[in-house]
Amino acid sequence: MKIDTIELARRIRIQSLKMVNKARASHIGSALSISDIIAVLYGEVMRVDPSTPQWDERDRFLLSKGHACVAVYSVLAELGYICKEELLTYGDDWSPMMNHISHKVPGVEFSTGSLGHGLPFGVGKALAAKRKGMAWKTYVLLSDGELDEGSNWEALMFAAHHKLDNLVAIIDYNKIQSLSSVHDTLALEPLTDKFSAFGWQVSEVDGHDHFQLVTAFDAESPKGVPKIIIAHTIKGKGVSFMENSVLWHYRPPSDEQLGQALKELANA
Amino acid sequence: MRDAFIDELIQLARINPQIALVVGDLGYGVVEPFAEEFPDRFINAGVAEQNMTGLAAGMASEGYHVFTYSIANFPSFRCAEQIRNDVDYHNLSVTVVAVGGGLAYGALGYSHHAIQDYGLFRCLPNMLIAAPGDPLEVRACLRYLIENPQPSYLRLGKAGERSFHEKVPDVVPGKWLHVAGALESGRNVLLSTGATLAIAMDRWQASTDPDFSVNSLPLWGMAAKPMQNEQIADCSAVNTIEDHLYDCGFGSWLLEAASCHSGLTGRIIVEALNREVCGSVGSQNALNILGGIGPK
Repeated sequence: MKIDTIELARRIRIQSLKMVNKARASHIGSALSISDIIAVLYGEVMRVDPSTPQWDERDRFLLSKGHACVAVYSVLAELGYICKEELLTYGDDWSPMMNHISHKVPGVEFSTGSLGHGLPFGVGKALAAKRKGMAWKTYVLLSDGELDEGSNWEALMFAAHHKLDNLVAIIDYNKIQSLSSVHDTLALEPLTDKFSAFGWQVSEVDGHDHFQLVTAFDAESPKGVPKIIIAHTIKGKGVSFMENSVLWHYRPPSDEQLGQALKELANA
Repeated sequence: MRDAFIDELIQLARINPQIALVVGDLGYGVVEPFAEEFPDRFINAGVAEQNMTGLAAGMASEGYHVFTYSIANFPSFRCAEQIRNDVDYHNLSVTVVAVGGGLAYGALGYSHHAIQDYGLFRCLPNMLIAAPGDPLEVRACLRYLIENPQPSYLRLGKAGERSFHEKVPDVVPGKWLHVAGALESGRNVLLSTGATLAIAMDRWQASTDPDFSVNSLPLWGMAAKPMQNEQIADCSAVNTIEDHLYDCGFGSWLLEAASCHSGLTGRIIVEALNREVCGSVGSQNALNILGGIGPK
């Protein structure tokens, strides 16, 4: 069944907002930033079976920026991995849905929270698939700020050297990190050149344009070359007063702000 | 121990196709036979221990039992968070192998002195520490780990260690292994973990009428604490010995295990390295004596 990824992304945003509002949790800006990428991956690109989360042939997805977990929990509920009612246990005592992505939730491969862990772990999965002759792919979604972590650059070198063309990394390049802009913290540019120099096939897209995202995911890389997609995004995308603001890396929306955000998304 | 490790690993890998070896650009003269026989299961991750450990966890999540291999603190402290979060928290079958446990690389300086490693691994809830006392215990530990894949740390000495068992012993986590001396209740025990078994045996053999027996505990960790009280209670006194700092080491682990039983902690004497050894440089033997665990 064809999934309307635009509608899926809108639902992800709505669910994510409700979850952080109820739990008084942080990181809504980060979740809104990746909602379109998540919708396109789960709705169109990846081979998954929500009825069998551990299906051997599934593509593997790793959220390295684990703090944006509500977007993933939401898509898992929308696709039927978990019940939508469970989403509202987010942040509750003993809930499997902790405030960073948790492998105790069906459909989640790997828990993160500390940055710089997803890509090395994904490299191991991709290497295992190669060595075992498996066809599935590994997708790792990273933040731009987490590229400060040296472990990512170790993994980038390794993946190119070992010709892991079954590995796809996506950078959520919203250009804002914890205290300030990426540019003012540790400037990443020229980022495309850096990834190219590390031996990856690089493409740049508007991370909120589903056609551009699908085209980039579907594009063939040269044999033996891992792929990286730099997705230019807007932190807080979809809620006007949250966009491009460090504040919404931390602040949970009040009930009034939630109402305003949901109204904007209803009209989107 | 290195040679016993690679020989046993190769034998086990012939039977078990899930065994993989990932090295951090170290192991010259040791790992080549594995690499030649199992090229699809050997990876040199380069000088990049964070990625080495992360990718090992990723491979383990797809069914492999991965051995990461390097020397001293490189496969442990350098990538401590990958071990904590990726391996231990996800309960994956990765065995971190460190060559040069204790002060085996004494002349190479503090960077190469693995004297705080027990402290790192013993505070991880799913981690099993394997600290064999001789080459036969290395083989025993490896067989156990392959049969019981889990997050684990294998601490090896270097090369040329003597053997103190007649055959490969049966090892069980938390269970003391009898090596020499009397077996009766009420005995005094010199309890070693890791390569200090040689020091313990030297003391026993040097004594004309030893009033103690020598035991080794090659497999231990947080989960093995509950088994200790019964074994301590069977002894009059337990003198632990280890080539690790007092703090967070093997003896303090045993003291913690005993602390819930009134009276048992008083039976334990801890012999471990004192902090004077930190930053000193010399042979393993000289540093062990400086640290306070030499012959008596």
